[in-house]
Amino acid sequence: MFVPPPANPEAGSGAADLLRITTAGSVDDGKSTLLGRLLVETRSVLADQLAAVTEASRRRGHARPDLALLTDGLRAEREQGITIDVAYRAFATPRRAFLVADTPGHVQYTRNMVTGASTASLAIVLVDARRGVQTQSRRHAFVASLLGIRHLVFAVNKMDLVDYAEAAFTAVADEAAAFAARLGVPDVAVIPVSALHGDNVAERSPEMLWYGGATLLHHLEHVSVGGDRNPVDFRFPVQLALRPDAGFRGFAGTVASGAIRAGERVAVLPSGVETSVRAVYESGREVAEARAGDVVVITLADEVDVARGDLLVRDQNRPLVGTSLEAMVCWMDDRPLAVGRRYVLRQTTRETPAHVTAVVYRVDVDTLHRAPTTTLSLNDIGRVRIETASPVSFDAYRDNAATGAFVLVDADTNATVAAGMVRGGAAMVGRADVRSPATAGPDTQAPGTPRRSEAPVSPDVVRDAPGVTRAEREARQGHRGGVVWLTGPPGAGKSAVAREAERRLFARGATVLVLDGDDLRHGLSGDLGFAPRDRRENVRRAGEVAHLLVETGAVVLCSFVSPSRADRAAVRARFAPGDFAEALVTARPETLRARDPKGLYARAAAGEIADLTGVGAPYESPETPDLVLDTDALSLDAAVEAVLAHLAARGCVPD
Amino acid sequence: MSAAAGAAPRRSHLRALEAEAVHILREVAAQFERPVLLFSGGKDSIVMVELARRAFAPGPIPFPLLHVDTGHNFPETLAFRDWLVGQTGATLHVTSVEDAIRRGVVQEESGPEASRNSLQTAVLLDALASLRADAALGGGRRDEEKARAKERIFSHRDRTGQWDPRNQRPELWNLYNGRIAPGEHVRVFPLSNWTELDVWLYIRAERIAVPTLYLAHDRETVDRRGTLLAVTDHLTLLPGETAAPRRVRFRTVGDVTCTGAVESTAATLDAVVAEVAGAVQTERGGRHDDRRSEAAMEDRKRAGYF
Ligand SMILES: Nc1nc2c(ncn2[C@@H]2O[C@H](COP(=O)(O)OP(=O)(O)O)[C@@H](O)[C@H]2O)c(=O)[nH]1
Repeated sequence: MFVPPPANPEAGSGAADLLRITTAGSVDDGKSTLLGRLLVETRSVLADQLAAVTEASRRRGHARPDLALLTDGLRAEREQGITIDVAYRAFATPRRAFLVADTPGHVQYTRNMVTGASTASLAIVLVDARRGVQTQSRRHAFVASLLGIRHLVFAVNKMDLVDYAEAAFTAVADEAAAFAARLGVPDVAVIPVSALHGDNVAERSPEMLWYGGATLLHHLEHVSVGGDRNPVDFRFPVQLALRPDAGFRGFAGTVASGAIRAGERVAVLPSGVETSVRAVYESGREVAEARAGDVVVITLADEVDVARGDLLVRDQNRPLVGTSLEAMVCWMDDRPLAVGRRYVLRQTTRETPAHVTAVVYRVDVDTLHRAPTTTLSLNDIGRVRIETASPVSFDAYRDNAATGAFVLVDADTNATVAAGMVRGGAAMVGRADVRSPATAGPDTQAPGTPRRSEAPVSPDVVRDAPGVTRAEREARQGHRGGVVWLTGPPGAGKSAVAREAERRLFARGATVLVLDGDDLRHGLSGDLGFAPRDRRENVRRAGEVAHLLVETGAVVLCSFVSPSRADRAAVRARFAPGDFAEALVTARPETLRARDPKGLYARAAAGEIADLTGVGAPYESPETPDLVLDTDALSLDAAVEAVLAHLAARGCVPD
Repeated sequence: MSAAAGAAPRRSHLRALEAEAVHILREVAAQFERPVLLFSGGKDSIVMVELARRAFAPGPIPFPLLHVDTGHNFPETLAFRDWLVGQTGATLHVTSVEDAIRRGVVQEESGPEASRNSLQTAVLLDALASLRADAALGGGRRDEEKARAKERIFSHRDRTGQWDPRNQRPELWNLYNGRIAPGEHVRVFPLSNWTELDVWLYIRAERIAVPTLYLAHDRETVDRRGTLLAVTDHLTLLPGETAAPRRVRFRTVGDVTCTGAVESTAATLDAVVAEVAGAVQTERGGRHDDRRSEAAMEDRKRAGYF
């Protein structure tokens, strides 16, 4: 009657992992065709499906099967010949399984791109080789970066229509790479393809021998994507309590991030009650550990009050808990956002009534400029402040998407009206636990992972919404505020570049200030030395000061050695992507030693300074700086002009 | 490369799909008052029951199973259903199309090619209403058919049970919006992101029992325009049709009058996995009624079919 359990249960279950992808492109760039091509090449299209498409193509008078029909689903869309919603497709190779969220190219469907990007680790942006990086492609790339996607692939399509010419590709590729760099996406690939003919999709193109890179499929199979979840900060949103009998009380949920073992101390948020983990179960079996992404049941040592919507965390590593937060949101409903209207905020497993107290600005997704506004309409993206009726436990989205993401639901229609990403909110919210910065140090931090961006704040401090907004200040002074963070070893020329840039900006009427390591250490950071913890705190304070100044609309040039990548990432995380740029100022070691303006290298050589950066202490170069100023190669004038050009592109220089 | 040092290792794709489905099942248990799990006896609903067992262990599955019985069953399906219910201790509701015909809720199509699929829709909605179900869990997968590829995991149905493909709620991250007005319900598809091959790989890896219909066996079948239909009491042969014994297996087990078999020698799970991995036909390709028009599935979905 039944199939007996097989003898060999493990065979073929495969170590292949799952890569979630989102695709986007302007209408007619060939996205559906490319996707259809990927399905065909990976043999994910079966004979009857292909037959149906061939037949439909023939009826429409096409000579060959129109592969776009494989992925264009609904009849209404087929009639219009365009894709209108998010469709999900699976295909697999022996190395990897892929899930693609295919989103449409209409101008008005930003909301679908946001939806598709919310679950993806990699985005493929289609570009028509003849037309270059259009507004729509920029928009897609921006949305991907906003949603925290770290891997971007520009597929430069229709190479057949530009005679497979290298020059045509290079022009588009440069444009794409430059734009991606502005967005701060760390991993960008640009690949010339012809979706129609299959060139460089799965097979190397015989027409483009000048291209030495990987095919699209090879790239997708081999791109190394770290775990999507933050491995450090343990967060466990309780989905539901299980009480099968009086003897068992467990809490079911998915580990959002981090890991926990039996015996470890935890706190229940928002109540703050502490207890420890008694045991962890997976599918009813006890296991040693629960790690990010695991679906488990956790039992606790004490009979504490825990319900759906609560968050279990380590007692020493807590998120923010509060009723005010700042977030970027994408508006997804026909009815525009109404300040003061009641919405339901759904974050992790928690639901709470909420209202928007202020719309700070709207982002023009094509230019990345911000405009002050009072509402957001369908497909708008902007920054808002939100008040919730009950406390929410959250992290900045940038650090932890699982606890930084939320949706707003209209309480009357039950429609999902907005997708939100918490920017932070430390400025607005009291922390659940209050620790001094020294003990708050993220000692468990993995190197290279950005730390929580929220600065520690004093207890019970809830600031009022500011009266005069940054946008108003910027409008009056005629330029935007922003930070250029100059990092590099002592003697590289950071301060010289910063001072000269300050002088020239001032001359052009900008509000500008240099924050310099030496200045800061004579005052605000006079209490700190050069141990890693002190350096971190110094950098943090500099970042906070810069943040305040940017809120006044100023251009801030920060000149700090700031050797730790993680410390710099924490500062960056305090700013909106367009507000912060990292400039690496560098020179050869011989040059540094020869310049030695403060005699530091000489003193280090004499053994007087043990921990000089670059000598006794490490300097971690930025992996993807926005600017590289090699002062061996560049004159001071050229380096300063590079900084000014960068600022001008961001609207930070008066006209 | 940018992978953060110390990042968690990536889990295998079956583990990732399993975790997603378990998370969804728990969301349903938490967000709704009276969910039901639609149980067809097919491999997808068998996997669903197994996932539900895991999601709530050591507790029981906290919602009943609902079987819409077309009256055109394979005997193996019913026997397996009853065995599985006994194994899991789940509650089973059966609603019968035959009964609904007798009660006049629906009217039987006539003729040799009559299908009960359209009736099934009405009977299902009737049963959901009488159970006052606010969520119905189904085993639908996005790889089954083009129309499904766009469907949300939490798929909202209006008071008449209709799906509006042009007005679906955006679905982001793993934040599922199950809020509904009274009288409405939500269809939930935890296996949305699985493929047919994933289901088989999971059945094999987790040693999940399935009915023998899925393995190659000898059976009297008739070839009706390319679909191999099993010869049973419910099937009327058309003029000129003759039954012949064939070695076949089923890729779906639904209504015997329209579920096509495929010729196959795959008599073990390993062989089935190998066959599915190299398959050239979609499993729904074996479903006679889907052939009626290119957009058949979409029309049925709009009307509330699973
Ligand atoms: N010559 C050429 N045409 C292409 C290529 N890729 C797509 N097309 C054509 O461009 C048109 C739009 O393609 P489609 O995939 O529907 O675009 P989508 O709107 O981005 O999904 C169709 O006529 C395709 O056949 C290509 O690589 N080369």
